[in-house]
Amino acid sequence: MKSHVWRPLYLVLGLIALVLIARLFIVPKGFGVNEQGYMYGFYRKANEAEWKSLGAKYKTSEYCKNCHADKIATRKDSLHAAIPCENCHGPAGNHPDNPPKLEIDRSRELCLRCHAYLPYAASGRATITGINPEMHNAGIECVNCHNAHNPKREATR
Amino acid sequence: MITRRDFCKKTMLVAGGLSLPLAALEIFDPKKLLAEKADKARVRWVFLVDTHKCVGCGFCVKACKLENELPLEANVARTWVERYVVTRDGRIYADTPNAGRDGFTNDKIALGLGKYQQVKKENIEKAFFVPKLCNQCENPPCVQVCPVGATYQTPDGVVLVDRSWCIGCGYCVMACPYGMRFFHPQYRVVDKCNFCYHRISNGMKTACMDACPFGARRIGNIKDPGDPVTKIIMRERVGVLKDEYGTKPQVYYLGLSKEVK
Repeated sequence: MKSHVWRPLYLVLGLIALVLIARLFIVPKGFGVNEQGYMYGFYRKANEAEWKSLGAKYKTSEYCKNCHADKIATRKDSLHAAIPCENCHGPAGNHPDNPPKLEIDRSRELCLRCHAYLPYAASGRATITGINPEMHNAGIECVNCHNAHNPKREATR
Repeated sequence: MITRRDFCKKTMLVAGGLSLPLAALEIFDPKKLLAEKADKARVRWVFLVDTHKCVGCGFCVKACKLENELPLEANVARTWVERYVVTRDGRIYADTPNAGRDGFTNDKIALGLGKYQQVKKENIEKAFFVPKLCNQCENPPCVQVCPVGATYQTPDGVVLVDRSWCIGCGYCVMACPYGMRFFHPQYRVVDKCNFCYHRISNGMKTACMDACPFGARRIGNIKDPGDPVTKIIMRERVGVLKDEYGTKPQVYYLGLSKEVK
């Protein structure tokens, strides 16, 4: 058969070869079908480890306890004992190296997250002492009168 | 006329020729691979939300955003808290201002477009809070639609996004019936709740669970029969969201109400 008949075929074969070669370079290593099958497990395996290796910023109160056991002790029998330190003090990160000092959220808004009265009997809010933010000493920080670590004790400020 | 020798030769050739391509052409068998999914993995992460305990403080949302480097001001969130107020005359109001990042501190229910609705105490039939997060479905539709293999289900059941491989087409954002996916304003790829995969894989709890003072959020391993979360899911009355979609969501709710969508 004449060569011009075959020429388009060579062209197509050449293109396929080109795609296959390009694929070698573009597709990352470890890409393929993994444990979860074709439908859910078609991915680059190394990405799992990348996600796992991210550092945690919130270190939990157990981490705080290592140095600040005295503060934790003041909250032991407190109504606020269940509140993690980092909710008000901010994420520990690599404290005390970085950040050396945590910024404490003493704002009224922080307390109001739980203590603003809402008439929602079906929710957990009903079990918490609630105030009307507009009536109850509006504009003044709660910590001026209340002890955040242990509300039954005197304020420290 | 064919000789016996030729006949034997040709028979063997045809038999060999038939058997070889059958094995060689079997590039993959999805059913077989799916069957292999019935797995040896010892961990399958699930989540339990107790809506009775939620007070709508929003500490979980704030912790999630800081832990997972989502700008607090950005109008996207990996987890959020919804408020439902059902009135005595049957109307249902639901809102989640700033995803509940700053908690619910007043009774003004956002209706959108800067409009608010207040419902008097005596008109409230029931009102409660519902935290939402990725359901890490057993059959995740978001994974099925990804055209490039950038999102996937890990062997322990969590759906992750490969940030270096996502092309930002947004198919998965549309596919998720729970609206869990969004574009990360800084990474410019799709982001979603992944049960704080970096924490749970290293022996910690999720950031939202650690931030919740009331124990409304709990993570567990459904393959461990001794896990307290597994015990609750197996023995108590739990519900899931949008069961009818067939996605097999793995976030279980205690105290779910029919108003919750």
